[in-house]
Amino acid sequence: MGIRFILMVNKQGQTRLAQYYEYLTLEERRALEGEIVRKCLARTEQQCSFVEHRNYKIVYRRYASLFFLVGVDNEENELAILEFIHLLVETMDRHFGNVCELDVMFHLEKAHFMLEEMVMNGCIVETSKANILSPIQLMDKAS
Amino acid sequence: MALSGMRGLSVFISDIRNCQNKEQERLRVDKELGNIRTRFKNEKASTPYEKKKYVWKILYIYMLGYDVDFGHMEAVSLISAPKYPEKQVGYIVTSCLLNENHDFLRLAINTVRNDIIGRNETFQCLALTLVGNIGGREFAESLAPDVQKLLITSSCRPLVRKKAALCLLRLYRKNPDVMNVDGWSDRMAQLLDERDLGVLTSSMSLLVALLSNNHEAYWSCLPKCVKVLERLARNQDVPQEYTYYGIPSPWLQVKTMRALQYFPTVEDPNTKRSLFEVLQRILMGTDVVKNVNKNNASHAVLFEALALVMHLDAEKEMMSQCVALLGKFIAVREPNIRYLGLENMTRMLMVTDVQDIIKRHQAQIITSLKDPDISIRRRALDLLYGMCDVSNAKEIVEEILQYLSSADFAMREELSLKAAILAEKFAPDLSWYVDVILQLIDKAGDFVSDDIWFRVVQFVTNNEDLQTYAALKVREYVDKPAIHETMVKLSAYILGEYSHLLARRPGCSPKEIFGIIHEKLPTVSTSTIPILLSTYAKILMHTQPPDPELQNQILAVFGKYGSCIDAEIQQRAVEYRALSRKGAALMDILAEMPKFPERQSALIRKAEDSEADTAEQSAIKLRAAQQQTSNALVVTDQRPANGTPSVGQLSLVKVPSVSNVDQNTAEQGVTQANGALTVVDPQPPSTPSADLLGDLLGPLTIEGLPSATVQPEPNLASGLEGGWNAAADALAIAPVEEQSNIVQPIGEIAERFHALCLKDSGVLYEDRYIQIGIKAEWRAQHGQLVLFLGNKNIAPLISVQALILPPSHLKMELSVVPETIPPRAQVQCPLEVINLRPSRDIAVLDFSYKFGTHVVNPKLRLPAVLNKFLQPIQVSPEEFFPQWRSLSGPPLKLQEVVRGVRPMPLVEMANLFNSFRLTVCPGLDPNPNNMVASTTNYSENTRAMLCLVSRFKKFVYCAFVFKAISVFYGEPHDGN
Repeated sequence: MGIRFILMVNKQGQTRLAQYYEYLTLEERRALEGEIVRKCLARTEQQCSFVEHRNYKIVYRRYASLFFLVGVDNEENELAILEFIHLLVETMDRHFGNVCELDVMFHLEKAHFMLEEMVMNGCIVETSKANILSPIQLMDKAS
Repeated sequence: MALSGMRGLSVFISDIRNCQNKEQERLRVDKELGNIRTRFKNEKASTPYEKKKYVWKILYIYMLGYDVDFGHMEAVSLISAPKYPEKQVGYIVTSCLLNENHDFLRLAINTVRNDIIGRNETFQCLALTLVGNIGGREFAESLAPDVQKLLITSSCRPLVRKKAALCLLRLYRKNPDVMNVDGWSDRMAQLLDERDLGVLTSSMSLLVALLSNNHEAYWSCLPKCVKVLERLARNQDVPQEYTYYGIPSPWLQVKTMRALQYFPTVEDPNTKRSLFEVLQRILMGTDVVKNVNKNNASHAVLFEALALVMHLDAEKEMMSQCVALLGKFIAVREPNIRYLGLENMTRMLMVTDVQDIIKRHQAQIITSLKDPDISIRRRALDLLYGMCDVSNAKEIVEEILQYLSSADFAMREELSLKAAILAEKFAPDLSWYVDVILQLIDKAGDFVSDDIWFRVVQFVTNNEDLQTYAALKVREYVDKPAIHETMVKLSAYILGEYSHLLARRPGCSPKEIFGIIHEKLPTVSTSTIPILLSTYAKILMHTQPPDPELQNQILAVFGKYGSCIDAEIQQRAVEYRALSRKGAALMDILAEMPKFPERQSALIRKAEDSEADTAEQSAIKLRAAQQQTSNALVVTDQRPANGTPSVGQLSLVKVPSVSNVDQNTAEQGVTQANGALTVVDPQPPSTPSADLLGDLLGPLTIEGLPSATVQPEPNLASGLEGGWNAAADALAIAPVEEQSNIVQPIGEIAERFHALCLKDSGVLYEDRYIQIGIKAEWRAQHGQLVLFLGNKNIAPLISVQALILPPSHLKMELSVVPETIPPRAQVQCPLEVINLRPSRDIAVLDFSYKFGTHVVNPKLRLPAVLNKFLQPIQVSPEEFFPQWRSLSGPPLKLQEVVRGVRPMPLVEMANLFNSFRLTVCPGLDPNPNNMVASTTNYSENTRAMLCLVSRFKKFVYCAFVFKAISVFYGEPHDGN
């Protein structure tokens, strides 16, 4: 079913955003996040962007202090997901102007709105930045 | 703005951020939760705005990993708020906090539905997203029609429709029936004409899900997918916003090619040409560029194109391009590309004919096995595992063994399992296999599961040639100062059984063997001690003439453990001590283990099981599963088949007769023993049992007699027999069970036949020794079938005979069927079929083989049935009715009323017709309850014939088959 979860984690391993597309209990989430964060953060720049963990494949990318980790199943195109992460970052850049960890922290709701426009039920819905951001812009105007 | 208006939330987040440690964070969170709880209790005070703020805080706390057991209700209640900002928060937080089974979700179902059918687009989007993310079965049943309508209404704006598509995907997964709508496949095909790329992207995901379940219904989508691909990859006809670093939506390209992989082939030559043109363009036109993102995106498309080409496996030229590309990729520096190169090369193995080309890259792949990146090493290992066969097994297994000592812990288990399986499957000779496993235990004992050493015991026991060699080898290993406990178990077992074969060699006298094994005893755990005790008993038995000194030593050990707190150890010690006083009886009871019954390797089975659990299997995987063949090791059984069990029985019977019990009791004892043993191992002995440990040692615990010495003698014998070797017992009762049971087929033969009437490949017959698969290709009146006869066992199947009993209308030629099928091998027997004239008679395959003493002789109907010689054809009313009417009666026009048939909805009937290769022609008959279909029948005598069929209301099935001037006809009008 494609994307199982999207995590944003800082380099201390603190979760800054978590969106799951399959149900896991809180304990399962905690365990999973702990394990994959430990695995991914320990990797070097020279290593590839894919980590196999249980029956997930984690596709991850690092931007300054923030890691983006996307859990997918084995049937997903890894490079497409890798670039999807970049599309997400570019979209956030367009909105926040050079997005950083603090933007995600203090505007968690916006990060969620963007994600919600981009991914639904583990599938990609929209890849046009203008379309992704238009509901948020409408809302900003209204308030 | 949602958050900036909420100061309290910003303050809370800053506080959390400033926490020095987890403890401070917890305190702050607890404080906040207390605060929110009080606010929520005082319900009047919380305005929607306040609720919104608190609900965000709850989500934040939940994200940090703290359990929040309240506030769900408040989140759900926000869904019904009239204003957008509150409603939106309600929807988003609800879908983050709740799952589909949560009771509160049911409360919202009405509001959600109202939002979906309402006129406010933004509300529609919110509601669709929620249902798409967490909607359950209940939602599926109540909302599916509304969502479907939204998706196909072209006046609806794209922003709503794209969400409706994915919402529908969720509902479909919850309840596949919701898509069982008349004409939905046409709608799906229309959706693929969509201009808006958002809607197209979502619809493509929906299509992939539908196809993964049943591609048959969606053939009309295939050319549309090719068009989409052309539009993107060739014409680059997309708005600027949808290009990514100059590449037209790589995600949609990838998805579209994924969808195409669910169709087994592309039949239409024009579509095929267009598709190959695009694929060729992608394969040739993807260059390495400097920009990382552009490079990744273009390679994402390239890898998907590779997968599609491999799946289609149609163009030799393109396939070799693919192999060349992959060969290049696995050698590049860029780790992502190297990783994917290895991964895709593994997939490529599943396609035919490229194994040899891939083998040329073996050295490069072995280098990757030592890459610093574990992800890449894993892929390399998988690939090596997949490409291993008899020709390169030695080299690959030795590489793996060598790498094992330096490999990281995360991989050792996998490495050792794979090495063990490969060694077993492809061993050029058995002594090499023993060498490999011993090295494996030596280097990575912790990661060698019990299954692996059990398997060695089985092989050594069943192959006399191997016994001396194995004993000698383990003798070398036990000399090492610190050996792994698994090595102690294995060597103790083997030396106990076979060290007497070495007796004349230096250092191998019973005394020395006992000494060296006994040295290990203080270092091993309680689970190993019983094995050692058994070994001592065996040594004792083999020492002829008895050596009093050794005897005293061993008896002293038994004496010491006779009071051991562990019941298992105590029982063995006591029993062996008692038995050692029995003189000759000892010889019989402790006689050499009889051969093990044939069984599938638990390892291989385990590996197969773990491969089979992916939920949505892609077409390529399914195909691989069909093609898998293995040449695992053969346990050759040199003794006559019925000689083996008698050894076991002999020991059972003889024991009581030497003891001082009269014959009656003895016989009772035997029956008891047999009865008890059947309980211990209720499975037929030759079916693979799930737990080998249970086979080797298990009954000890179940059958163990806590006070064996006070039991009557026959029972002692049975308890001991069970304790010493359960497998022998299983074998001892084998003839009784096997003779009473004829070999039962696995699965319903009739069902398999019916399934094969509708598809062209699958299993025709299976029992526990053999699997007969079939693969067919039909061209007009010619049929090319291949029978795959697979021996599932590690002993050969003999006297194999296959006889075809063809009906008069079929000409069938079966190529030579070998008389013997080697162990674990598969033979392919091509079968040519020519249809002389149409008939409903069925050909029968009279198949027989012998396994051991059983002759199995199933008679199997072959799926070379009438509908296989049909070719669908579309007919216009102008062609249909005149021809129909021009026919008057039998034999060219037939009418048949089929009674007692389960009423079938029209859609299902239409599907059935399609799978019989009859084209349903909708709209041909003005009455919607009638169904008209047409097809062409091919046969040698009549050439192509047009066939027309119609079917009538009230679920009465009338088939009119006419043959006139080479025309088959169906009657469209009938009173009933």
